[in-house]
Amino acid sequence: MEHALQNEKTTEDVALGIRRRVFEHSIRNNGGYMSQACSAAEQLAWLYNEELNLGAPTLPMIPKPFEGVPHKDNPDYHTGAGYNGPVAPDLDRLFIAPAHYALVAYATLIETGRMAPEGLEMFNKDGSSVEMIGAEHSPGMEVHNGTLGIGLSTAAGLAYGRKLRGETGNVWVYMSDGEVQEGQTWEAIAACAHHKIDNVKAIMDVNRQQCDGAMDSVMEVGDIGRKMEEFGAKVVWVDAHNIDEMREAVKTPHPGQPLIILANSSPFEGMPTLEERFPRLHYVRFKSEEERARFNTEIAASLGIDPIDYAH
Amino acid sequence: MVEMVSRPYEAAFEKHAMAHDEVLCLSADLTSSCEIDKFRDNHPEKFLSLGMAEQNMMSFAGGLGLAGYRPFVHSFGVFLYRRPYDQLMASIAYPRRKVRLMGFLPGITTPGGMTHQAIEDISVMRSIPNMTILETGDATEVESICEAADSIDGPVYCRVLRGSVPRLFDTPIEVGEMRELETGDDILIVSSGITTEEAMRASAALKGAGVSVRHLHLNTIKPFDHKTMLDHIASVKGGVITLENHVVDGGIGSLMAETMADNGVGKRLVRLGLKDTYAHGGSRAYLMRYYGLDALALVQGIEDLMGQKFGITEDDLSAARVEAVHSLVKAEGL
Ligand SMILES: Cc1ncc(C[n+]2csc(CCOP(=O)(O)OP(=O)(O)O)c2C)c(N)n1
Ligand SMILES: [Mg+2]
Repeated sequence: MEHALQNEKTTEDVALGIRRRVFEHSIRNNGGYMSQACSAAEQLAWLYNEELNLGAPTLPMIPKPFEGVPHKDNPDYHTGAGYNGPVAPDLDRLFIAPAHYALVAYATLIETGRMAPEGLEMFNKDGSSVEMIGAEHSPGMEVHNGTLGIGLSTAAGLAYGRKLRGETGNVWVYMSDGEVQEGQTWEAIAACAHHKIDNVKAIMDVNRQQCDGAMDSVMEVGDIGRKMEEFGAKVVWVDAHNIDEMREAVKTPHPGQPLIILANSSPFEGMPTLEERFPRLHYVRFKSEEERARFNTEIAASLGIDPIDYAH
Repeated sequence: MVEMVSRPYEAAFEKHAMAHDEVLCLSADLTSSCEIDKFRDNHPEKFLSLGMAEQNMMSFAGGLGLAGYRPFVHSFGVFLYRRPYDQLMASIAYPRRKVRLMGFLPGITTPGGMTHQAIEDISVMRSIPNMTILETGDATEVESICEAADSIDGPVYCRVLRGSVPRLFDTPIEVGEMRELETGDDILIVSSGITTEEAMRASAALKGAGVSVRHLHLNTIKPFDHKTMLDHIASVKGGVITLENHVVDGGIGSLMAETMADNGVGKRLVRLGLKDTYAHGGSRAYLMRYYGLDALALVQGIEDLMGQKFGITEDDLSAARVEAVHSLVKAEGL
């Protein structure tokens, strides 16, 4: 297996780097999807640094500006999938299903040498392709997923098609737990089971939160692991911050079934100060300059770096 | 300077809901983004959290309608018709349930890109039998949207503005009444929603250049008062121009085209809006410029319509408002 660009850093270091970048970005911009970096850092670091079989990026390290949407008059249109390397029969594909995790995904691309740090400076800037809600033209994205709950279905179709063609690469989906409230997620699992699509592998960030706060207060979803098993998936629970558990989980045989790794995560892992805002952590915006300054000092210390010197 | 009103929906909804026993508040995990978080906390007995599950929410709302309630369904506009279209049709529109669909972040007012931008909602809703469509263009209209929507005998879809909203008008929405903002006789401008503020900027500059502008603002898109509109069209010497935060197909531009064609009006019509394209993520001011939805685009459209150049530049247009990305009146990233 070719692991271009991988293993230059340990996966732990990549995860720490992701948190540091998302933290710095959020402090500078007075807010951001910080808690998703806390919950997801190890999962995305593990995928990109170890598990995914990807080739070298085919798109420029510094992302190009927005070049238009798919249209007959835009023949050069392409997605941002090239940051995950070329499309080839033996290589894996990855969809980030909750597109608001884009900031964390971009930080992962930087930490694994797939995008230049300048890419993050373009985040949510007018005319940039590095969009706040990952678009399919954004780095590392291949399909639009901002409307939650469609990622697993697309992955299932792609995986089925790849199987028909005799391709050996897997289709990975990064999922969020809010997605289990959408009926489509369950329809996708049933379709995978019915058609024995076992080249789909998903890892879900089970941080038990969504926009309004704790999922239990918004709409209880119960024992999602058992429900997914009943719908026909092979399910393995892991501690989202324990990389060894992910390494083991992915070895679980799942012939004729999709594999779903449920990663039990903490939405303030690595940034304990964020616990003050729990469970309203979906998007962290500082309430005052004092709070911003305090979060800067405290979280920088937690992450082992100097406070960010930001413009007020 | 226009007065800016912070979160006008919040108090307006609370007042309306508390005055009517049959009104309930439904939300799909965008509670603070739709400015009903205080309502949830203060009036839990009237608030139903339905999770991020819009298809179920629509049919559920239809069921509440059957039980005699008038649910106000809150989400981003886009999530009220794209995924749950079938539920909207079968559970709400066909049986004429009194469901009030409150669609936030219309068109390109969201930086969330294609999946978040309701750019064809008016077109979709216009083609649904039994549907009423209202659109807010300022704080006063947001303050009166609940009462206006709740007066409709059937389902209604509303494009609602949130956050910091300018006050342009001093009278509430009167369903079916268009607002006459300018009554000149050279050309007719028709706008709705956020494009009205742009058209007001443009018409001030055009008047300065000697153009006699007639400007109408629409808050009721369906049903539509064709007869009054025909009188306005007849009272200008030149043509008609529309500016909408929407694709030009099926929105107010199409509405004008249909009105004119149906009645044999032989005048030119220029339709400004998104032209058979999706948008992408960015600030509202950037997107309005990029896709030609702002005051400058309107001036250029009018130059085209009149076959004349007025030499109006960006500097001649009163300053556009730029929304602060991290303004505290906005609860979430989106
Ligand atoms: C179909 C759909 N409905 C609503 C939204 C708005 N939305 C964006 S993120 C989100 C919460 C989803 O939960 P999760 O991804 O678990 O959130 P997190 O853990 O990041 O807080 C919602 C409701 C959406 N993007 N798509
Ligand atoms: Mg979650």
